[in-house]
Amino acid sequence: MSADTPASTNDDLDPEAVADLQARIDALETEVSDLRTDVDDDGPQKMVIIATKGTLDMAYPPLILASTAAAFGYDVTIFHTFWGLEILHEENSKNLQLSSVGNPNMPVPNMIAALPGMDRMTTRMMRNKIDDNDVATVEELIETSLASGVELQACQMTIDLLGYDEDDFYDGVTTGVGAASAFQDMVDADIQLLV
Amino acid sequence: MSTETAAETLDVRGQNCPMPVIKTKGAFDDLAAGEVLEIVATDSGSMSDIAGWAESTDGAELVDQEEATEDGQDVYKHYVRKTE
Repeated sequence: MSADTPASTNDDLDPEAVADLQARIDALETEVSDLRTDVDDDGPQKMVIIATKGTLDMAYPPLILASTAAAFGYDVTIFHTFWGLEILHEENSKNLQLSSVGNPNMPVPNMIAALPGMDRMTTRMMRNKIDDNDVATVEELIETSLASGVELQACQMTIDLLGYDEDDFYDGVTTGVGAASAFQDMVDADIQLLV
Repeated sequence: MSTETAAETLDVRGQNCPMPVIKTKGAFDDLAAGEVLEIVATDSGSMSDIAGWAESTDGAELVDQEEATEDGQDVYKHYVRKTE
């Protein structure tokens, strides 16, 4: 193609077609900029964690991830259901146990782990390790999470099922929420985790 | 980077993951634009955690990270500037 081809092509352009194209470009640019505003205006990113376990070891991952995500500027909700409620139960959360049966990471064989008192012993070992390694307690992580703006929700259906009262939970815990609100939060979230 | 240039110092010695990052965020929010926060930690994981936090956080710039031994203890120092 010779160097003067574009110039000669321009000469042949119909001014009406150029105006049409310009109008379409303008319309598309407005549309792109509107979409960009929509995306940017979406506010902070969101994470939802569904916490279903109530053992000492399984109380940590949701609380650590939630408080960390809050430090990254995320809006975070943890929806606690079934045994996950134990984490929010002010009294029970201080006595969460570790199960040694069926846990191959425990230094005791299953036959011995099944003996009475073994869970208490392995839990005590774990608590000592947590203390020795400067790891925060569950209670501290709950307080930190609440102070960082994490929404801690207690599933109303399991509160009723397990016979708990709203007053049994830490101050700042949201009760009276169900699967629908958890699902709605998950739909809007960028990260959804089931623990 | 010397400590004189840091506007605030956050001492998180003796605290493990996730506390250094969470407390860094809290102290960082209280800084004025242009100020530098010094974070002193004993958690070795704080080296990658605070670097990652600063990279993902708008208005946070990791100025420097140092490893030192103080009183026979490994100490990790981080300097984060608030840019906006």
